[in-house]
Amino acid sequence: MKPIRLVSYTMTSCLGRGLEPARAALRAGTTGLAPCRFETVALETFAGEIVGLDEQAIPAALARFDCRNNRAAELGLVQDGFADEVARVAAQVGPGRVGTFMGTSTAGILQTELAYRRRGPQGELPADFHYRTTHNTFSIAEYVRERLGLAGPCAAISTACSSSAKAFATAARLIEAGVIEAAVVGGVDTFCLTTLYGFNSLQLLSNEPCRPWDAARQGISIGEGAAFILLQRSEGGDGTMHLLGAGESCDAHHMSAPHPEGLGARLAMQAALDAAGLEAAAIDYVNLHGTGTPSNDASEDQAVVGLFGEHVPASSTKGMTGHTLGAAGAIEALITVLALEEGRIPGSPGTRILDPKLRAGYAIRGREAPLARALSNSFGFGGSNCSLVFGRA
Amino acid sequence: MRLTARVLGVGLVGPGLAGWRESRALLVGQTPYAPAPTAIPSPEALPATERRRAGKSVKLALAAGLAACADANRQPRELAAVFASSTGDGDNQHAICEALALADREISPTRFHNSVHNAPAGYWGIATGAMAPSDSLCAFDASFAAGLVEAMGRLAADPAREVVIAAYDAPYPEPLRAARPIADAFGVALVLGPADHGEGAIVAATFTREEPTRMPEAPLEAVRRGIPAARALPLLQLLAAPRSGRVVLEYLDDLALAIEVHV
Repeated sequence: MKPIRLVSYTMTSCLGRGLEPARAALRAGTTGLAPCRFETVALETFAGEIVGLDEQAIPAALARFDCRNNRAAELGLVQDGFADEVARVAAQVGPGRVGTFMGTSTAGILQTELAYRRRGPQGELPADFHYRTTHNTFSIAEYVRERLGLAGPCAAISTACSSSAKAFATAARLIEAGVIEAAVVGGVDTFCLTTLYGFNSLQLLSNEPCRPWDAARQGISIGEGAAFILLQRSEGGDGTMHLLGAGESCDAHHMSAPHPEGLGARLAMQAALDAAGLEAAAIDYVNLHGTGTPSNDASEDQAVVGLFGEHVPASSTKGMTGHTLGAAGAIEALITVLALEEGRIPGSPGTRILDPKLRAGYAIRGREAPLARALSNSFGFGGSNCSLVFGRA
Repeated sequence: MRLTARVLGVGLVGPGLAGWRESRALLVGQTPYAPAPTAIPSPEALPATERRRAGKSVKLALAAGLAACADANRQPRELAAVFASSTGDGDNQHAICEALALADREISPTRFHNSVHNAPAGYWGIATGAMAPSDSLCAFDASFAAGLVEAMGRLAADPAREVVIAAYDAPYPEPLRAARPIADAFGVALVLGPADHGEGAIVAATFTREEPTRMPEAPLEAVRRGIPAARALPLLQLLAAPRSGRVVLEYLDDLALAIEVHV
């Protein structure tokens, strides 16, 4: 594929609002994880909460979209001048030539969970429940499209934890096919009881901050995230940050467990390299999916070592942000981009002693390094895999 | 912009529409359409354990997708796959929300992994062994057209890889049904290949602001209006004849998808 320019980008997570706190955490190796205090949740786990969502307002004209997930979108969209940049490009190419593709796993399902506690005498949902603009998976994509005044094609991509990585791939194909000139892509996922109690039912929640690649890792820490990227067709040559390649695959193995040898993961990484026209040796850093569960990390390690060997620097940054699920693809794409910009391999707060059975060149502590190109992995339930390659072009 | 593809096969499961071959005469008005509740076939391709775990929407997506592959005489494992649904698995969402409203909040691991919107894609991989890329997307009432755009975009990027697009929706139980009424279950799938060679109708898609094409007969128009995935019906009517023509499919509130069909 032809490289596609990242014109503007922003991320909001438990690290803070906008890119600057994420950059600072990357330099300092700090975490945003804290004991989970969300709603009435009584689980011994750590979580990465976006601070201030309870007070966040939605523009009055879009009040029907009000829910935690769309509040996170609203908070995230206005950081780093992102919404203004979208307006500028939309005016330049026409709003009908700008697509909107948003990844999410649960959208505003929290609203339904809360509504089920307030059912009426016949079991009916309360009158203030808005299905389309909160519960429905599309609500996040529709909110972003309306909020930004865009008029091009639009969809929510929902493939669990690879959702917002795959949003890049969808947009890239439609830009390349000439259907659109630019696209807002990204991911927004926020806390809900389904994911917190669901991962708990699978015994995949860590009761301490997650420790990817650690010998004593015991599961994930869930985080909230809202990340947005404005992609635009590019001729390259100006040395700005570009999406160089995207690769996807399916495990065809199990609904919630990864392929034990990481076969699907390896196919996705190889496809991303092929799309970028790069050899494995051209990659200077791999941002791992690295959830911190015993089986996920073991599977990904085999895939990464099989393709890149044991010496390419790699790390999971979920110890900083938590696992932001449907937003993880976009959040970690941007951490990968920040790593390239800063010339810094991110460290892995939470990880103490590397699992001796894992062989990837894992970086526990961050360090400076010249980085030209990096790959970011996102893998989800249902065996949905996506890898993205970023660099200057 | 113009996206093109060749339709290599069709799969259909809907109310009074028991399969593509069985439904073609109904769709073109040669025989009368008789509404009847949708009968969702059991996906024999899934191992028995997975079949027991799979919900209605998974069965629907697999039935339509596998039927389209059979109609196209293609091995599902060779194809990229796009799954589009407005609703996902409503029964499962309801069961989870009910459990989470109780004091102990216990949900089963199977319920949780079935709650992801891409559950049909996961089961599809297990059933067919397909490791090719798949997408799972949602665009409320626009989901079929959004899936078609996605599938045709995929084909434009990689013409060597044929694509199956399956759109499906099943009704919610109460109380969600009142908030989002879906008339009955409907699954439709198309196997698409590049337009420049092979046999089958050629479809070309462009965006438009025209009103969507309606079905000429009231009962089928009720199906089209009543189930998001059935917004595909005007296209299916041309493919069923088969005849050349142009239809406008419902897409987003302010954007529709015009499809020119050449047979």
